[in-house]
Amino acid sequence: MSEHAIIDVPPHSPADEAEHAGIHDPNLHHSPEEIKREVRVYLIVFFALSALTAVTVASFYALKSYPVSVAIGVALAIALVKGSLVAGYFMHLLSEKKLIYGVLILTVFFFFVLIWAPWAHHHSPFN
Amino acid sequence: MDAHAHAGEHEIEIPYAIYPRPDTGLYNGKLGIWLFLASEVMLFGALFSSYILLRTGAVNWPRGYTFLNIPLATANTFILIASSVTVVLAWANLRLGNLKLGRIFIAITILCALLFLVNKGIEYHHEFVEGRSPSTNNFMALYFTLTGLHGLHVIGGVIVFAYFLGPGAKMWHEDRNRYTNRIEIAGLYWHFVDLVWIFLFPTLYLL
Repeated sequence: MSEHAIIDVPPHSPADEAEHAGIHDPNLHHSPEEIKREVRVYLIVFFALSALTAVTVASFYALKSYPVSVAIGVALAIALVKGSLVAGYFMHLLSEKKLIYGVLILTVFFFFVLIWAPWAHHHSPFN
Repeated sequence: MDAHAHAGEHEIEIPYAIYPRPDTGLYNGKLGIWLFLASEVMLFGALFSSYILLRTGAVNWPRGYTFLNIPLATANTFILIASSVTVVLAWANLRLGNLKLGRIFIAITILCALLFLVNKGIEYHHEFVEGRSPSTNNFMALYFTLTGLHGLHVIGGVIVFAYFLGPGAKMWHEDRNRYTNRIEIAGLYWHFVDLVWIFLFPTLYLL
């Protein structure tokens, strides 16, 4: 069997195909000004993440006398905001393709099943 | 000469390594890394699930802040956040055509990762000196499993970035778009490592 029978090489240049399909590739089509603007956003997100880390530790000490459920709620809420900033801006999920959103929706669903299952087990009346 | 004939004569061209596929809108490496990261979410998700199961079922649960080193862990959080920024700055500079600055930011990322590992080593050393090991209790077993697995991911990132800083950088001279894409997907992996730590830090050290 010949080599190109095993691996499907596109008959046309991928660049041509992408252009003809009207696909936008950020690596290839962003202007230097747009990229520099992105860099400014990255730096703002960096400062926001640093500030939120400080808030996480400060709130831990401030909430020491409160029930642990309050501390857990606050710490996880801050972690969720930080995680959203990383995923949204650094991993550029705010402007991704639908296929990736589809993959992530499935992933998040099963992740919450994993988190919910032990909690539900603990609170089950049959436990 | 069409691509089939070209591939047969010289070398096999990997399709959609640089440009996006018309049907997915993504180049293959990017879709591949997201599928890998989805599996990683389930891997760490299973360990977080174990944490919840063991903690909710325990009569007494050790509180990490009473004996773990919070200042060092906080410093490590800042270090990982900084390294996430240097990765996107490396990617941005490569997109601007500046290999020199791109490599400098990749090198800073590696330094941050190594600093993180050194701090983690100091913490582990302290725990063992104090007589706390994975067999001490369920909390310590989870602490070492979660941070150990995370540490292995940091080491994996160091290896990948060191490759692209060193021998892998010659790809830039052959095909700069492909090299830039490689840094983008290595960066996506690295941001995920940062993301995991963002949740590990409060879970193990503060709560």
